[in-house]
Amino acid sequence: MKTVDARGLSCPQPVLLTKQALADKPAELTVLVDNATARGNVQRFAGNQGYQVEIREEGGEYSLLLHK
Amino acid sequence: MNSKKALFSAGAVIGLIAVALVWFGNPQNMGFCIACFIRDIAGAVGVHRAEAVQYIRPEIIGLVLGALLMALAGKEFQPRGGSAPMTRFILGVAVMIAALVFLGCPLRMVLRIAGGDLNAVVGLVGFIAGIAVGVVFLKRGYSLKRTYQMPTLDGLWLSAVQIALLVLLVAAPAFIFFSESGPGSMHAPLLLALAAGLIVGGLAQKTRLCMVGGIRDVILFKDWTLLMGFLGILVVALIGNIALHYFKVGFIGQPIAHVDGVWNFLSMTAVGLGSVMLGGCPLRQLILSGEGNADSAVTVVGYFVGAAIAHNFGLASAATAVAEDGTLSGGPSAAGKVATVIILVVLVIIAVANSKRQETVKEG
Repeated sequence: MKTVDARGLSCPQPVLLTKQALADKPAELTVLVDNATARGNVQRFAGNQGYQVEIREEGGEYSLLLHK
Repeated sequence: MNSKKALFSAGAVIGLIAVALVWFGNPQNMGFCIACFIRDIAGAVGVHRAEAVQYIRPEIIGLVLGALLMALAGKEFQPRGGSAPMTRFILGVAVMIAALVFLGCPLRMVLRIAGGDLNAVVGLVGFIAGIAVGVVFLKRGYSLKRTYQMPTLDGLWLSAVQIALLVLLVAAPAFIFFSESGPGSMHAPLLLALAAGLIVGGLAQKTRLCMVGGIRDVILFKDWTLLMGFLGILVVALIGNIALHYFKVGFIGQPIAHVDGVWNFLSMTAVGLGSVMLGGCPLRQLILSGEGNADSAVTVVGYFVGAAIAHNFGLASAATAVAEDGTLSGGPSAAGKVATVIILVVLVIIAVANSKRQETVKEG
Protein backbone atom coordinates (compact mmCIF):
# COMPACT_ATOMS: atom_id res chain seq x y z
CA MET A 1 0.00 0.00 0.00
CA LYS A 2 1.21 3.49 -0.79
CA THR A 3 1.74 6.10 1.92
CA VAL A 4 1.59 9.84 1.33
CA ASP A 5 3.62 11.66 3.96
CA ALA A 6 2.08 15.12 4.14
CA ARG A 7 3.19 15.87 7.69
CA GLY A 8 4.26 19.47 8.10
CA LEU A 9 2.76 20.49 4.78
CA SER A 10 0.05 23.11 4.69
CA CYS A 11 -3.03 23.07 2.52
CA PRO A 12 -3.59 22.57 -0.32
CA GLN A 13 -0.48 20.37 -0.60
CA PRO A 14 -1.77 17.40 1.46
CA VAL A 15 -4.91 17.29 -0.71
CA LEU A 16 -2.90 17.79 -3.89
CA LEU A 17 -0.56 14.90 -3.02
CA THR A 18 -3.55 12.74 -2.11
CA LYS A 19 -5.16 13.60 -5.44
CA GLN A 20 -2.01 12.61 -7.32
CA ALA A 21 -1.72 9.35 -5.37
CA LEU A 22 -5.36 8.51 -6.11
CA ALA A 23 -4.91 9.15 -9.84
CA ASP A 24 -4.32 5.48 -10.63
CA LYS A 25 -7.25 4.51 -8.39
CA PRO A 26 -5.56 2.34 -5.73
CA ALA A 27 -7.80 0.21 -3.49
CA GLU A 28 -6.10 1.65 -0.40
CA LEU A 29 -3.94 4.61 0.50
CA THR A 30 -2.50 5.92 3.76
CA VAL A 31 -2.10 9.67 4.20
CA LEU A 32 -0.13 11.10 7.13
CA VAL A 33 -0.90 14.67 8.23
CA ASP A 34 -0.20 16.63 11.39
CA ASN A 35 -2.84 19.32 11.61
CA ALA A 36 -6.60 19.35 11.88
CA THR A 37 -7.11 21.48 8.77
CA ALA A 38 -5.23 19.03 6.56
CA ARG A 39 -7.03 16.12 8.21
CA GLY A 40 -10.42 17.66 7.44
CA ASN A 41 -9.50 18.64 3.88
CA VAL A 42 -8.05 15.23 2.97
CA GLN A 43 -11.04 13.51 4.55
CA ARG A 44 -13.45 15.67 2.54
CA PHE A 45 -11.54 15.18 -0.70
CA ALA A 46 -11.33 11.40 -0.22
CA GLY A 47 -15.04 11.29 0.53
CA ASN A 48 -15.79 13.20 -2.67
CA GLN A 49 -13.69 10.65 -4.58
CA GLY A 50 -15.77 7.79 -3.17
CA TYR A 51 -13.31 6.54 -0.53
CA GLN A 52 -14.09 5.60 3.06
CA VAL A 53 -11.72 7.17 5.57
CA GLU A 54 -10.53 5.74 8.88
CA ILE A 55 -8.57 8.15 11.06
CA ARG A 56 -6.10 7.24 13.77
CA GLU A 57 -4.55 9.92 15.95
CA GLU A 58 -1.24 9.58 17.69
CA GLY A 59 0.60 12.42 19.41
CA GLY A 60 -0.93 15.20 17.31
CA GLU A 61 -0.37 13.33 14.05
CA TYR A 62 -3.10 11.72 12.05
CA SER A 63 -2.97 8.60 9.93
CA LEU A 64 -5.81 8.49 7.40
CA LEU A 65 -6.54 5.12 5.84
CA LEU A 66 -8.45 5.57 2.59
CA HIS A 67 -10.23 2.55 1.14
CA LYS A 68 -13.09 1.85 -1.24
CA MET B 1 -24.48 20.96 9.66
CA ASN B 2 -22.31 20.19 6.65
CA SER B 3 -19.22 22.26 6.03
CA LYS B 4 -20.71 24.17 3.07
CA LYS B 5 -23.60 25.40 5.22
CA ALA B 6 -21.24 26.11 8.14
CA LEU B 7 -19.02 28.23 5.90
CA PHE B 8 -21.91 30.09 4.32
CA SER B 9 -23.34 30.81 7.78
CA ALA B 10 -19.98 32.00 9.11
CA GLY B 11 -19.60 34.20 6.03
CA ALA B 12 -23.11 35.56 6.57
CA VAL B 13 -22.31 36.53 10.17
CA ILE B 14 -19.05 38.17 9.05
CA GLY B 15 -20.89 40.09 6.30
CA LEU B 16 -23.44 41.31 8.85
CA ILE B 17 -20.77 42.36 11.35
CA ALA B 18 -18.81 44.14 8.59
CA VAL B 19 -21.80 46.28 7.62
CA ALA B 20 -22.60 46.90 11.31
CA LEU B 21 -19.04 48.17 11.88
CA VAL B 22 -19.57 50.74 9.11
CA TRP B 23 -22.84 51.78 10.74
CA PHE B 24 -20.95 52.26 14.02
CA GLY B 25 -18.22 54.36 12.49
CA ASN B 26 -15.77 52.46 10.28
CA PRO B 27 -15.13 53.89 6.77
CA GLN B 28 -17.57 52.69 4.11
CA ASN B 29 -16.96 49.26 2.61
CA MET B 30 -14.34 48.86 5.33
CA GLY B 31 -16.08 46.99 8.11
CA PHE B 32 -13.06 44.79 7.83
CA CYS B 33 -9.89 45.23 5.80
CA ILE B 34 -6.89 43.32 7.01
CA ALA B 35 -4.47 45.27 4.80
CA CYS B 36 -5.91 48.69 5.69
CA PHE B 37 -6.11 47.90 9.40
CA ILE B 38 -2.55 46.59 9.69
CA ARG B 39 -1.51 49.70 7.76
CA ASP B 40 -3.40 51.86 10.28
CA ILE B 41 -1.63 50.10 13.16
CA ALA B 42 1.74 50.64 11.45
CA GLY B 43 0.82 54.32 11.25
CA ALA B 44 -0.31 54.47 14.88
CA VAL B 45 3.04 53.21 16.13
CA GLY B 46 4.81 55.63 13.83
CA VAL B 47 6.61 53.39 11.35
CA HIS B 48 4.92 55.45 8.64
CA ARG B 49 3.66 59.01 8.96
CA ALA B 50 0.67 59.08 6.62
CA GLU B 51 -1.50 61.20 8.91
CA ALA B 52 -4.84 60.03 7.55
CA VAL B 53 -4.26 56.35 8.31
CA GLN B 54 -3.12 56.02 11.91
CA TYR B 55 -5.16 54.04 14.44
CA ILE B 56 -4.73 50.85 16.46
CA ARG B 57 -7.58 48.82 15.00
CA PRO B 58 -9.17 46.63 17.71
CA GLU B 59 -10.58 44.37 14.98
CA ILE B 60 -7.07 43.01 14.26
CA ILE B 61 -6.41 42.44 17.97
CA GLY B 62 -9.74 40.63 18.25
CA LEU B 63 -9.17 38.48 15.16
CA VAL B 64 -5.88 37.08 16.43
CA LEU B 65 -7.06 36.60 20.02
CA GLY B 66 -10.43 35.17 18.89
CA ALA B 67 -8.58 32.59 16.82
CA LEU B 68 -6.24 31.84 19.74
CA LEU B 69 -9.15 31.32 22.15
CA MET B 70 -11.12 29.19 19.70
CA ALA B 71 -8.03 27.10 18.90
CA LEU B 72 -7.34 26.56 22.61
CA ALA B 73 -11.00 25.62 23.21
CA GLY B 74 -10.95 23.16 20.30
CA LYS B 75 -7.52 21.76 21.24
CA GLU B 76 -6.20 22.98 17.87
CA PHE B 77 -3.52 25.34 19.17
CA GLN B 78 -0.25 24.08 17.67
CA PRO B 79 3.02 26.03 17.88
CA ARG B 80 4.53 25.35 14.46
CA GLY B 81 6.97 27.00 12.09
CA GLY B 82 10.11 26.64 10.05
CA SER B 83 8.59 26.55 6.56
CA ALA B 84 10.74 29.11 4.72
CA PRO B 85 10.08 31.99 7.18
CA MET B 86 12.16 34.60 5.33
CA THR B 87 10.46 33.82 2.01
CA ARG B 88 7.13 34.20 3.78
CA PHE B 89 8.23 37.55 5.19
CA ILE B 90 9.07 38.77 1.66
CA LEU B 91 5.77 37.43 0.34
CA GLY B 92 4.00 39.26 3.16
CA VAL B 93 5.70 42.54 2.23
CA ALA B 94 4.81 42.00 -1.45
CA VAL B 95 1.15 41.13 -0.82
CA MET B 96 0.70 44.15 1.45
CA ILE B 97 2.20 46.65 -0.99
CA ALA B 98 0.04 45.25 -3.82
CA ALA B 99 -3.06 45.35 -1.61
CA LEU B 100 -2.39 49.03 -0.88
CA VAL B 101 -2.07 49.77 -4.60
CA PHE B 102 -5.54 48.25 -4.98
CA LEU B 103 -6.74 49.78 -1.66
CA GLY B 104 -7.86 46.67 0.15
CA CYS B 105 -7.23 43.06 1.02
CA PRO B 106 -9.33 40.26 -0.52
CA LEU B 107 -11.86 40.58 2.31
CA ARG B 108 -12.35 44.29 1.64
CA MET B 109 -12.54 43.51 -2.08
CA VAL B 110 -15.61 41.36 -1.36
CA LEU B 111 -17.07 44.08 0.90
CA ARG B 112 -16.43 46.67 -1.83
CA ILE B 113 -18.24 44.51 -4.38
CA ALA B 114 -21.10 44.19 -1.88
CA GLY B 115 -21.21 48.00 -1.76
CA GLY B 116 -21.57 48.24 -5.55
CA ASP B 117 -17.94 49.22 -6.22
CA LEU B 118 -17.27 47.97 -9.76
CA ASN B 119 -13.54 48.73 -9.43
CA ALA B 120 -13.45 45.84 -6.99
CA VAL B 121 -15.07 43.60 -9.62
CA VAL B 122 -12.09 44.42 -11.87
CA GLY B 123 -9.89 43.61 -8.87
CA LEU B 124 -11.70 40.29 -8.41
CA VAL B 125 -10.97 39.29 -12.02
CA GLY B 126 -7.29 40.09 -11.45
CA PHE B 127 -7.40 38.22 -8.14
CA ILE B 128 -8.81 35.11 -9.82
CA ALA B 129 -6.16 35.38 -12.54
CA GLY B 130 -3.41 35.56 -9.90
CA ILE B 131 -4.83 32.54 -8.08
CA ALA B 132 -5.01 30.61 -11.37
CA VAL B 133 -1.32 31.34 -11.99
CA GLY B 134 -0.56 30.21 -8.43
CA VAL B 135 -2.46 26.96 -9.04
CA VAL B 136 -0.24 26.26 -12.07
CA PHE B 137 2.80 26.47 -9.78
CA LEU B 138 1.08 24.33 -7.10
CA LYS B 139 0.51 21.65 -9.73
CA ARG B 140 4.17 21.88 -10.71
CA GLY B 141 5.13 21.11 -7.12
CA TYR B 142 5.45 24.60 -5.59
CA SER B 143 6.07 24.22 -1.86
CA LEU B 144 7.70 26.19 0.94
CA LYS B 145 8.51 22.83 2.55
CA ARG B 146 7.45 21.42 5.87
CA THR B 147 6.69 23.06 9.20
CA TYR B 148 7.95 21.65 12.47
CA GLN B 149 6.95 21.71 16.11
CA MET B 150 8.08 24.94 17.82
CA PRO B 151 8.30 25.93 21.49
CA THR B 152 4.88 26.99 22.82
CA LEU B 153 6.05 30.56 23.32
CA ASP B 154 6.97 30.83 19.64
CA GLY B 155 3.35 30.22 18.76
CA LEU B 156 2.15 32.89 21.18
CA TRP B 157 4.20 35.92 20.19
CA LEU B 158 1.76 37.51 17.77
CA SER B 159 -1.04 37.11 20.32
CA ALA B 160 1.17 38.71 22.98
CA VAL B 161 1.81 41.64 20.64
CA GLN B 162 -1.95 42.08 20.25
CA ILE B 163 -2.35 42.41 24.01
CA ALA B 164 0.45 45.01 24.03
CA LEU B 165 -1.35 46.89 21.22
CA LEU B 166 -4.59 46.80 23.21
CA VAL B 167 -2.81 48.33 26.21
CA LEU B 168 -1.35 51.05 23.95
CA LEU B 169 -4.77 51.73 22.45
CA VAL B 170 -6.45 52.11 25.84
CA ALA B 171 -3.59 54.02 27.48
CA ALA B 172 -3.05 56.19 24.35
CA PRO B 173 0.41 57.48 25.28
CA ALA B 174 1.67 60.55 23.42
CA PHE B 175 3.98 58.55 21.15
CA ILE B 176 1.05 56.71 19.55
CA PHE B 177 -0.48 58.53 16.56
CA PHE B 178 -4.23 58.71 16.08
CA SER B 179 -5.59 60.26 12.87
CA GLU B 180 -7.67 63.38 13.37
CA SER B 181 -9.15 63.21 9.88
CA GLY B 182 -9.36 60.71 7.06
CA PRO B 183 -10.08 56.97 7.21
CA GLY B 184 -7.92 56.46 10.32
CA SER B 185 -10.18 58.79 12.29
CA MET B 186 -13.28 56.82 11.35
CA HIS B 187 -13.82 53.87 13.61
CA ALA B 188 -16.45 51.97 15.55
CA PRO B 189 -16.28 52.17 19.38
CA LEU B 190 -13.36 50.22 20.83
CA LEU B 191 -15.24 47.49 22.69
CA LEU B 192 -17.61 46.90 19.79
CA ALA B 193 -14.78 46.61 17.28
CA LEU B 194 -12.86 44.32 19.63
CA ALA B 195 -15.89 42.08 20.11
CA ALA B 196 -16.46 42.02 16.35
CA GLY B 197 -12.88 40.89 15.83
CA LEU B 198 -13.14 38.22 18.51
CA ILE B 199 -16.32 36.75 17.01
CA VAL B 200 -15.01 36.79 13.45
CA GLY B 201 -11.63 35.42 14.59
CA GLY B 202 -13.32 32.53 16.34
CA LEU B 203 -15.62 31.79 13.40
CA ALA B 204 -12.81 31.97 10.88
CA GLN B 205 -10.64 29.66 12.98
CA LYS B 206 -13.41 27.10 13.32
CA THR B 207 -14.41 27.11 9.64
CA ARG B 208 -10.94 27.80 8.05
CA LEU B 209 -12.58 30.59 6.05
CA CYS B 210 -10.22 32.03 3.44
CA MET B 211 -10.83 34.28 0.45
CA VAL B 212 -7.93 32.82 -1.54
CA GLY B 213 -8.51 29.21 -0.55
CA GLY B 214 -12.11 29.38 -1.76
CA ILE B 215 -11.24 30.28 -5.32
CA ARG B 216 -8.08 28.11 -5.30
CA ASP B 217 -10.00 24.99 -4.26
CA VAL B 218 -12.59 25.51 -7.00
CA ILE B 219 -9.85 25.76 -9.67
CA LEU B 220 -7.72 22.98 -8.20
CA PHE B 221 -10.25 20.44 -6.90
CA LYS B 222 -13.68 21.68 -8.06
CA ASP B 223 -14.42 21.89 -4.33
CA TRP B 224 -16.84 24.74 -3.57
CA THR B 225 -16.80 24.38 0.23
CA LEU B 226 -14.45 27.23 1.15
CA LEU B 227 -15.95 29.54 -1.47
CA MET B 228 -19.25 29.38 0.42
CA GLY B 229 -17.72 31.62 3.09
CA PHE B 230 -16.88 34.21 0.45
CA LEU B 231 -20.43 34.00 -0.92
CA GLY B 232 -21.97 34.28 2.56
CA ILE B 233 -20.08 37.52 3.18
CA LEU B 234 -21.03 38.89 -0.25
CA VAL B 235 -24.74 38.09 -0.04
CA VAL B 236 -25.34 39.38 3.50
CA ALA B 237 -23.11 42.47 3.15
CA LEU B 238 -24.95 43.26 -0.11
CA ILE B 239 -28.35 43.01 1.62
CA GLY B 240 -27.04 45.04 4.57
CA ASN B 241 -25.60 47.74 2.32
CA ILE B 242 -28.88 48.04 0.41
CA ALA B 243 -30.89 48.18 3.65
CA LEU B 244 -28.70 50.92 5.13
CA HIS B 245 -28.48 52.85 1.82
CA TYR B 246 -24.73 52.37 1.48
CA PHE B 247 -25.16 50.52 -1.82
CA LYS B 248 -24.29 52.48 -4.95
CA VAL B 249 -23.28 50.83 -8.22
CA GLY B 250 -20.51 52.42 -10.27
CA PHE B 251 -16.84 53.08 -10.77
CA ILE B 252 -16.58 56.75 -9.79
CA GLY B 253 -17.37 58.10 -6.34
CA GLN B 254 -16.82 54.83 -4.48
CA PRO B 255 -15.52 55.11 -0.92
CA ILE B 256 -11.72 54.76 -0.61
CA ALA B 257 -11.20 53.34 -4.10
CA HIS B 258 -9.53 54.39 -7.32
CA VAL B 259 -10.80 53.95 -10.86
CA ASP B 260 -7.62 52.84 -12.67
CA GLY B 261 -8.70 49.44 -13.99
CA VAL B 262 -5.31 48.24 -15.19
CA TRP B 263 -3.73 48.71 -11.76
CA ASN B 264 -6.76 47.46 -9.86
CA PHE B 265 -6.43 44.30 -11.95
CA LEU B 266 -2.64 43.88 -11.73
CA SER B 267 -2.34 44.70 -8.03
CA MET B 268 -4.98 42.10 -7.18
CA THR B 269 -3.27 39.61 -9.51
CA ALA B 270 -0.20 40.05 -7.29
CA VAL B 271 -2.31 39.71 -4.11
CA GLY B 272 -3.92 36.52 -5.47
CA LEU B 273 -0.66 34.93 -6.61
CA GLY B 274 1.27 35.93 -3.49
CA SER B 275 -1.51 34.71 -1.21
CA VAL B 276 -1.71 31.30 -2.94
CA MET B 277 2.05 31.04 -2.43
CA LEU B 278 1.54 31.80 1.28
CA GLY B 279 -1.32 29.30 1.57
CA GLY B 280 -4.01 31.82 2.45
CA CYS B 281 -5.30 35.38 2.37
CA PRO B 282 -4.29 38.03 4.95
CA LEU B 283 -7.31 37.18 7.13
CA ARG B 284 -6.28 33.52 7.16
CA GLN B 285 -2.69 34.44 8.07
CA LEU B 286 -3.96 36.35 11.14
CA ILE B 287 -6.07 33.37 12.16
CA LEU B 288 -3.21 30.89 11.68
CA SER B 289 -0.99 33.18 13.76
CA GLY B 290 -3.52 32.93 16.58
CA GLU B 291 -3.50 29.14 16.23
CA GLY B 292 0.22 29.18 16.93
CA ASN B 293 1.66 29.21 13.40
CA ALA B 294 4.91 31.19 13.68
CA ASP B 295 5.33 31.24 9.89
CA SER B 296 2.03 33.07 9.56
CA ALA B 297 3.10 35.41 12.36
CA VAL B 298 6.25 36.20 10.35
CA THR B 299 4.00 36.81 7.34
CA VAL B 300 1.92 39.28 9.37
CA VAL B 301 5.14 41.08 10.37
CA GLY B 302 5.86 41.19 6.62
CA TYR B 303 2.45 42.84 6.05
CA PHE B 304 3.30 45.38 8.73
CA VAL B 305 6.66 46.24 7.16
CA GLY B 306 5.07 46.23 3.70
CA ALA B 307 2.52 48.79 4.87
CA ALA B 308 5.28 51.05 6.16
CA ILE B 309 7.21 50.73 2.88
CA ALA B 310 4.05 51.38 0.86
CA HIS B 311 3.43 54.70 2.60
CA ASN B 312 7.03 55.82 3.20
CA PHE B 313 7.97 55.22 -0.46
CA GLY B 314 4.71 56.60 -1.87
CA LEU B 315 3.63 53.25 -3.34
CA ALA B 316 0.13 53.20 -1.87
CA SER B 317 -2.60 54.54 -4.14
CA ALA B 318 -4.67 57.59 -3.31
CA ALA B 319 -8.44 57.25 -3.44
CA THR B 320 -9.98 58.89 -6.50
CA ALA B 321 -11.46 62.26 -5.63
CA VAL B 322 -14.01 64.01 -7.83
CA ALA B 323 -13.71 67.80 -8.01
CA GLU B 324 -16.76 70.04 -8.42
CA ASP B 325 -16.07 70.45 -12.13
CA GLY B 326 -15.95 66.65 -12.48
CA THR B 327 -12.18 66.25 -12.87
CA LEU B 328 -10.72 63.21 -11.18
CA SER B 329 -7.58 63.11 -9.05
CA GLY B 330 -5.83 60.37 -7.12
CA GLY B 331 -5.26 56.80 -8.22
CA PRO B 332 -2.10 54.71 -8.23
CA SER B 333 1.23 56.57 -8.09
CA ALA B 334 3.95 56.05 -10.71
CA ALA B 335 6.07 54.45 -7.99
CA GLY B 336 3.16 52.20 -7.05
CA LYS B 337 2.85 51.00 -10.65
CA VAL B 338 6.58 50.24 -10.84
CA ALA B 339 6.35 48.43 -7.48
CA THR B 340 3.43 46.31 -8.69
CA VAL B 341 5.39 45.16 -11.75
CA ILE B 342 8.48 44.41 -9.63
CA ILE B 343 6.32 42.47 -7.16
CA LEU B 344 4.81 40.36 -9.95
CA VAL B 345 8.28 39.54 -11.28
CA VAL B 346 9.62 38.71 -7.80
CA LEU B 347 6.60 36.50 -7.07
CA VAL B 348 7.17 34.50 -10.25
CA ILE B 349 10.87 34.12 -9.43
CA ILE B 350 10.02 32.86 -5.91
CA ALA B 351 7.40 30.51 -7.36
CA VAL B 352 9.78 29.04 -9.95
CA ALA B 353 12.59 28.72 -7.40
CA ASN B 354 10.35 26.71 -5.06
CA SER B 355 8.65 24.48 -7.63
CA LYS B 356 9.89 20.98 -8.01
CA ARG B 357 8.50 17.55 -7.51
CA GLN B 358 9.05 16.24 -4.02
CA GLU B 359 9.33 12.62 -3.02
CA THR B 360 6.48 12.30 -0.57
CA VAL B 361 4.91 9.06 -1.79
CA LYS B 362 6.45 5.86 -0.50
CA GLU B 363 5.78 2.35 -1.72
CA GLY B 364 5.34 -0.03 1.17
